[in-house]
Amino acid sequence: MRVTSLAPSVATGGFDESRRTAPHVTIRGLSKHYPDAVIYDRFDLDIPRGKLISVFGPNGCGKSTLINMIAGLVPADAGEVLFDGRPLSRVKFGYVFQNYREALFPWLPAFDNIAYPLKVMGMPKAEREQRVERLVAHLGVKIDLALYPYHLSGGQQQLVSIMRALVVEPEILFLDEPFSALDYEMTLFMRDQLQRVFMETRTTTVLVSHDLEEAVYLSDHVLLLSRHPARVVEFVPYDAPRPRTDKTLSEPDFVATKAHCLKLFQREVRRG
Amino acid sequence: MKTSNALLPLVGVAILLAVWGLTTALKLVDPVLLPSPLATFRTLWEGMLSGKLGADFLKTVMRTISSTAIAAVIAIPLGILLGSSEKLYRSVEFLIDFFRSTPASAMFPLFLVLFGVGDRTKISVAAFGAALVILFNVAYGVMNARKTRLLAAKVMGASRTRVLFDVMLLESLPQTFVGLRNGVSLALVIIVVAEMFIGSTDGLGQRVFEAQQLFDMPGMYAAIFAAGALGYTLNLLFLLIERRFVHWAGR
Ligand SMILES: Nc1ncnc2c1ncn2[C@@H]1O[C@H](COP(=O)(O)OP(=O)(O)OP(=O)(O)O)[C@@H](O)[C@H]1O
Ligand SMILES: [Mg+2]
Repeated sequence: MRVTSLAPSVATGGFDESRRTAPHVTIRGLSKHYPDAVIYDRFDLDIPRGKLISVFGPNGCGKSTLINMIAGLVPADAGEVLFDGRPLSRVKFGYVFQNYREALFPWLPAFDNIAYPLKVMGMPKAEREQRVERLVAHLGVKIDLALYPYHLSGGQQQLVSIMRALVVEPEILFLDEPFSALDYEMTLFMRDQLQRVFMETRTTTVLVSHDLEEAVYLSDHVLLLSRHPARVVEFVPYDAPRPRTDKTLSEPDFVATKAHCLKLFQREVRRG
Repeated sequence: MKTSNALLPLVGVAILLAVWGLTTALKLVDPVLLPSPLATFRTLWEGMLSGKLGADFLKTVMRTISSTAIAAVIAIPLGILLGSSEKLYRSVEFLIDFFRSTPASAMFPLFLVLFGVGDRTKISVAAFGAALVILFNVAYGVMNARKTRLLAAKVMGASRTRVLFDVMLLESLPQTFVGLRNGVSLALVIIVVAEMFIGSTDGLGQRVFEAQQLFDMPGMYAAIFAAGALGYTLNLLFLLIERRFVHWAGR
């Protein structure tokens, strides 16, 4: 089957809830190669509005490259990415890096880190502080934001990164393996923090994850990618009600979706 | 336990003083060559308080500080400029490395021709040496700014200039301070040597040299200790400033 025709029909067809709303992001003919490999070849995808999409796939298949191209961190060779028909330059977006240690500014207290993108936008100081305080109250965050990042735990630092991405009220949020540098306990806690943030803001979110349980648990759709050149293996819907909890993990719906994704993933890996 | 650890550095000092005191008390070395610790420190104390030594000390301090300040004012902006463009840095890297490797003392005759005998020569040679050290460190600090941090600023929409001032500059601060500390140490070395050998009438270098000519051994040791204390204090001063301003370094 042709890559170009597969993706959109999967993304918008079926019983998918997104059918009722226009897609938020449309990706058409995206291509990218590095000297030793073609990572994307005329890749198409629609990202539905107000949903959380998990991107899952084999190591090195191009998950990071995909969100980095969408977010403009990595130039594409060809193709186009439009947000409600507009180019990236007209769009406010947030990006959360895996390595929070190197993504936050250690010379600024946590509060100023969060406010920094507003400063870049040229917002006056009083207004910036108001915005940050409103976000903090909205999310119910209990961190001493006067502290410098290096005095915070890993999870707290990543939460500060997420708040920094959210403070501009982005229309889309990208996260590249945001919890993979945290220990397991903190990861569980942060998943629920992210879920709360998502429920509070309903921001279209694209989450790259290397943990299938996490990918399914948090998402409305799991985007399963093949080895490169990456194709959409399947755009798996998962619509358990939120907030999802520990109990969700043992519900038949969750177990079945995860098993289905795992089966597809293993088939992809074996194709190798 | 804690106080005893804090006192640990004094052990070495105590041992040195004991060995020195014993050597002079037992007259193991000609007392003319090695005066007793007591005599030396009395000379140091009196010289610093009322004698010429204090004035010479201040002279050397002034020269070292002004040459480092001149070096910093020139080298920091230049280092940032060079560091912010890898191509630019690579194109002058050889020149910087070459002159950084050239002993600054070899430049004295050239600077004497340019500036004549006097403070200007001493200060400019020291500034020249220190500037290269600072330049090199600042440029590297800017070039080695964490890529993720630069990207983070970029995705937040920061312009190139903003990235330079808000991120690169601060990222390079720890390395800049390494440069400043090395620079001030080098400046002190160059100033003291210049004071000894290029027609000086004051300064610690001249003091050491003159004491040696007059065979005033306590005076010579006192001047050497004063120079040592000066070097140590300058280093410590920069370390304290660094801790204050670069609180995140190494965390
Ligand atoms: N700058 C680059 N130069 C050359 N090859 C690159 C570059 N960046 C990525 N690649 C290659 O492109 C492929 C996709 O990289 P990408 O980082 O997007 O994968 P990923 O799915 O995020 O992998 P991971 O699971 O390791 O996070 C990899 O095979 C990688 O080796
Ligand atoms: Mg990746």
